[in-house]
Amino acid sequence: MFEIFGIPSQALFGQLLIGLINGSFYALLSLGLAVIFGMLNIINFTHGAQYMLGAFAAYLLLQLTGLGYWPALVIAPILVGLSGIVIERTMLQWLYKLDHLYGLLLTFGIALILEGVFRNYYGSSGQPYQLPPSLSGGQNLGFMFLPNYRAWVVVTSLVVCFGTWFVIEKTRLGANLRAATENPTLVRAFGINVPRMITLTYGFGVGLAALAGVMAAPIYNVSPQMGSDIIIVVFAVVVIGGMGSILGAILTGFGLGVIEGLTKVFFPEASNTVIFVIMAVVLLIRPAGLFGRTA
Amino acid sequence: MLERTASPLLAIENLQAWYGESHILHGMNLEVQAGEVVTLLGRNGAGKTTTLKSVMGIVPQRTGSVRLEGKELIKLTSDKIAKAGIAFCPEERGIFASLDVKENLFLPPELKPGGLSASRIFELFPNIKERLRSQGTKLSGGEQQMLAIGRILRTGARLLLLDEPTEGLAPVIIQQIGKTIQMLKSQGFTILLVEQNFRFASTVADRYYIMEHGKVVERFKNSELDAKLEKLHEYLGV
Repeated sequence: MFEIFGIPSQALFGQLLIGLINGSFYALLSLGLAVIFGMLNIINFTHGAQYMLGAFAAYLLLQLTGLGYWPALVIAPILVGLSGIVIERTMLQWLYKLDHLYGLLLTFGIALILEGVFRNYYGSSGQPYQLPPSLSGGQNLGFMFLPNYRAWVVVTSLVVCFGTWFVIEKTRLGANLRAATENPTLVRAFGINVPRMITLTYGFGVGLAALAGVMAAPIYNVSPQMGSDIIIVVFAVVVIGGMGSILGAILTGFGLGVIEGLTKVFFPEASNTVIFVIMAVVLLIRPAGLFGRTA
Repeated sequence: MLERTASPLLAIENLQAWYGESHILHGMNLEVQAGEVVTLLGRNGAGKTTTLKSVMGIVPQRTGSVRLEGKELIKLTSDKIAKAGIAFCPEERGIFASLDVKENLFLPPELKPGGLSASRIFELFPNIKERLRSQGTKLSGGEQQMLAIGRILRTGARLLLLDEPTEGLAPVIIQQIGKTIQMLKSQGFTILLVEQNFRFASTVADRYYIMEHGKVVERFKNSELDAKLEKLHEYLGV
């Protein structure tokens, strides 16, 4: 045991870890929002509800079919992603040419409906979801105790986030996506099926939210309002990072998670508001966000 | 009237097109034979670009008939039209800022066999090869135009729609583009060209169509150009 700035190292590293965990979820969620905004020009307010759907899908898979965490980690994002594709095909696709406000209102409405339905059937108290046995326990690192599951969440989030970044920035598929974000008409005239690409992008972004939901289930409870609790912070993260910037969403997500955690150590009273204070400051100095490009 | 052969590569009949409320094309008729370079001339706003965009399916509101090798395209979306074998190089060039030069070059997928290889394109436009890692929009105007033409040569499309490829470029680059068009023609490519600069057009074109108010008002062969010059000046207002 040692001290840093008069803070016991145990507490410091503990909060740092919690910050990284929260940052993992912020990053996954804001990444999905950034990808969706880039391609669809839609601010997806359903994102929190889709994160909640991911957690509930894992919970229901276990209750109804006995499928545990590992199958749920694959199946839940696919199922929720497919539900996103249905929403895109039946509703969102008609809004792309309109003002952002319409997409925002529609997705906000869908979020309220989803939350309401789940609250009606499952109450608001939340259902527990067991840790997968293979990830229970933890490692003693000497300076702190690291639960295996938390390490798994941070590493998985990092891998998924940077994998997504790599695909978008460094591959042929990603070049198609970036080009279609810039000039969908011309990309389509090159023989690329842009509407299908848009649909799949929404499905993917929603699937990311659901993946975060499954990973969150054993840490937080599975509850109908879990999405609206986190999505407010995630939107602040997106505003700070800059809407539509992939790398910005990832770095800001992790960074703000850590800053939030450290604030809990050094100035606990501000820990719930620090992100919003940073948001206000960033908006004053760089309205397009830290990584955003001004239009 | 010029002689008509039985089956032109591209046949446009009574093409009408709208942007929202404004009616731009009022019954275009035009034919391009395989292997020809045909140039559309006309004042700004005559509907030349809209004609290319309507063939390509980019203008959503259009009626009439556009046939490629007899296949009707008027109801198809632009991705399907591209797959039928037409490639479009827009006036604003459409180089993507978020893609580097290499990504820009390889963006249009190969849709049919018979396109030029990347190494052949680098032979035509050596400047591009030297700047593959640069951001697409960091290239000079001339280089961007070469990239915009080069990337559609890979796709295997045999009909190329080029919208004012010489606009705003230095004479030496215009020459290079002229040579490229002649080379493409000798390779059997068919080209429908929109140009304001008919001196440039006269170095590459087999035939001309003059457009006014959304339709064709005159058509003639390159050999008739001298005889038509006076009329041409009248139409183009130069």
